[in-house]
Amino acid sequence: MSFTVASSFNSGVAHLTLAGRLDANTAGQFKAEIEKIAEERPTVVALFVQDLEYMASAGIRMLVFTKQKLGAQTDIYVIGAQPQIVHTLEMTGVDKSVIFADSFELAATN
Amino acid sequence: MTQPNMLQRVDAYPTRVIAGLKVRAGRVSPFGATLVPGGVNFAVFSRHATSCVLVLFEKGAKAPFAELPFPEEFRVGDVYAMTVFELDHENLEYGYRMDGPNDAQAGHRFDPSVVLMDPYSRLIGGRDVWGQQPDWSMAYQHRSRVLQDDFDWEQDRPLEIPAEDLVVYEMHVRSFTRHPSSNVRHPGTFAAIRQKIPYLKSLGINCVELMPVYEFDEFENSSVNPVTGQTRYNYWGYSTVGFFAPKAGYAATGALGMQADEFKALVKDLHKNGIEVMLDVVFNHTAEGDHRGPTISFRGLDNKTYYMLTPEGWYYNFSGCGNTLNCNNPVVRHVVLDCLRYWVAEYHIDGFRFDLAAILGRDPTGVPLANPPLLETLANDPILGRTKLVAEAWDAGGLYQVGSFPAYGRWAEWNGKYRDTVRKFLKGEMGQVPDLSLRLQGSPDLYYGRGTAASVNFLTCHDGFTLCDLVSYNDKHNEANGENNNDGANDNNSWNCGWEGETNDSDIITLRRRQMKNALALLMVSQGVPMILSGDEVGRTQHGNNNTYCHDNELNWFDWWQVEENAELLRFAQQIVAFRHAHPALRHRDHMRFCDYVGSGLPDVSWHGTQAWRPDWSGTSRVLAFLLDGRHAKGGTVVDDDIYVAINSYWDALEFEIPALPGGRQWRVAVNTGAASPEDAFPHGQEPLLQNQQRCLVGGRSILILVGR
Repeated sequence: MSFTVASSFNSGVAHLTLAGRLDANTAGQFKAEIEKIAEERPTVVALFVQDLEYMASAGIRMLVFTKQKLGAQTDIYVIGAQPQIVHTLEMTGVDKSVIFADSFELAATN
Repeated sequence: MTQPNMLQRVDAYPTRVIAGLKVRAGRVSPFGATLVPGGVNFAVFSRHATSCVLVLFEKGAKAPFAELPFPEEFRVGDVYAMTVFELDHENLEYGYRMDGPNDAQAGHRFDPSVVLMDPYSRLIGGRDVWGQQPDWSMAYQHRSRVLQDDFDWEQDRPLEIPAEDLVVYEMHVRSFTRHPSSNVRHPGTFAAIRQKIPYLKSLGINCVELMPVYEFDEFENSSVNPVTGQTRYNYWGYSTVGFFAPKAGYAATGALGMQADEFKALVKDLHKNGIEVMLDVVFNHTAEGDHRGPTISFRGLDNKTYYMLTPEGWYYNFSGCGNTLNCNNPVVRHVVLDCLRYWVAEYHIDGFRFDLAAILGRDPTGVPLANPPLLETLANDPILGRTKLVAEAWDAGGLYQVGSFPAYGRWAEWNGKYRDTVRKFLKGEMGQVPDLSLRLQGSPDLYYGRGTAASVNFLTCHDGFTLCDLVSYNDKHNEANGENNNDGANDNNSWNCGWEGETNDSDIITLRRRQMKNALALLMVSQGVPMILSGDEVGRTQHGNNNTYCHDNELNWFDWWQVEENAELLRFAQQIVAFRHAHPALRHRDHMRFCDYVGSGLPDVSWHGTQAWRPDWSGTSRVLAFLLDGRHAKGGTVVDDDIYVAINSYWDALEFEIPALPGGRQWRVAVNTGAASPEDAFPHGQEPLLQNQQRCLVGGRSILILVGR
């Protein structure tokens, strides 16, 4: 499955829905989308990744890029990540830079 | 004011096509493979090659998908550089073919049939999962990959803890968590160490020294133990394949190529918990061995530059491992410097311990230099400006420089004389008291003018007996190594306390435990930088094997069940480490002056025996006591308790007269290794008052530590 990313923006919250395989070949698409939403200066970014099958190191780089592009004051939620993706992010320490949740609505209200 | 859009370089476009790939002349610096806009820049050095070919593979492929000869105009000086565009760098492996003279006598061993690993590889494939049999039919075994270095360090940086405040813990990455008892998710990995950080904090250490984490080949010279059927590996890893790459097999994510991120995450977490990271680095030789060894990288890139060679073209072997890296060749010096800078800048490493560092002071013919350029360069490098540099100040060629290593005001040393003296004293050998007093002071006879932290004090390290074995074996028992017990050191200065090896004799067990406490106590009250071998705090045994370099089994693994089984010893270790941290009087930066320079009424240090103020320096003495005046702590810059240490290595109890304290201060018992737990060590602030302030009984082979306040 190829990679797709779609974004929307509402009241300071950026929603990005990712699906497919995020690797070196597709990371550029994600990066372009992040740059686009960065112009809106979001305070929260929600990455919906239920349908993200695979994340290569370039994908991890993109999460790091997102954090650094938007700044430490922007919370980044990773919603619905598959276990192997959560695991990879934990092993590489990226879990400290994002907030995992099953549901954005529940996480954002806590 | 809005910043106008910065102009990008306009010359980042392909100029020609080679082997179907778009390329242009590359940038000669930095060496290695570097991501640049639109592609990957490759730069590699060879002074004596006549031509160079860049070889590109898809990850894991046997055959390359492209071979790109460097056009002559892509070479600047001795550097071949090319940018290749539109590469899928995550799925890429690369190497080089070098052509040139194949004349061993002249020092040249070029062979264009061999694909060579880039010595500046920051990621290396081929051994992605520890112990997984490689595909030996692959001609290219250790495969250069491209690393994107970015990582979210947040506010992290090297901790810069003053060296004299460190308590170092020497650890093997795999051994620390590989045992089934470790209860971690990915045993034997960087990630697993993160899970054990609470344990390290509870022990109180504030620096882990990791045995080699650079990419090495665990299968180098591997063999099968005919008795057990287990594979004997190049387990410790003192044989580098790639200096710039973390070992993939140490990462839970190695199979995904994310070992760099995983190791960085470990460093970051350790730093968050106040623990520095020191790397044991092996620049004295490489995994290519002598003329019979594999050609992996340096040998085929430029043998004559990278290795010390005899006039006949053979390899000098000052390392005992077949070859010797030519560290004082200016090009090789830059490799070492680039490597260390890289680890400090990209991995936030706090310090380095240099294996067989005396080799780094030899010239290309092996002669020791009075002013070795490499050592001076490292000492004065701005990026390494606050990095700890520790030398193992000897080599396998007989050069022994403990106390005389060229220090340039920076270098510290593993103090082998500390180890030998304290071991002899502990086992009750006579004639050690004068030397012991020097070791306790931070060895001013060796390091005066360099500060106490020039002395890294240790009683055990990966080489030799563990602490438990030091008090359980008179002789080494290395049969499992398959070398007829001929390997490993013979001068262990150990004592088995009455029985060789394991025993059920409770008296012997008690004595051994006390001796281990004595050893830990002496280590923690010595000026200098103490280093503990991982597992010594819980009585880890190697069953008398003093050279476990090849064992991926219980001989090396930290047995976490011992945390419970030997809780008494662990508690003592925690308490004595905490005692050191609580008392700056034990952590002077400069050596003692033997006088009262703050007007406290006591000298900074004074020596005693069973009678106060009358130490017995005679050749038959087995006792020593000393008093550290708390008003002189850290050169008189802080006020501490007074500390009195009475050491009795005689087998019977002896009565010690205690020096009186001025100012109404009273003695309290902090540590008594002769007492049963928990009265062997008291937490800071809870030390009971000593009943008799004038005299005390110190048990046979015991140490008493008092604090005066």
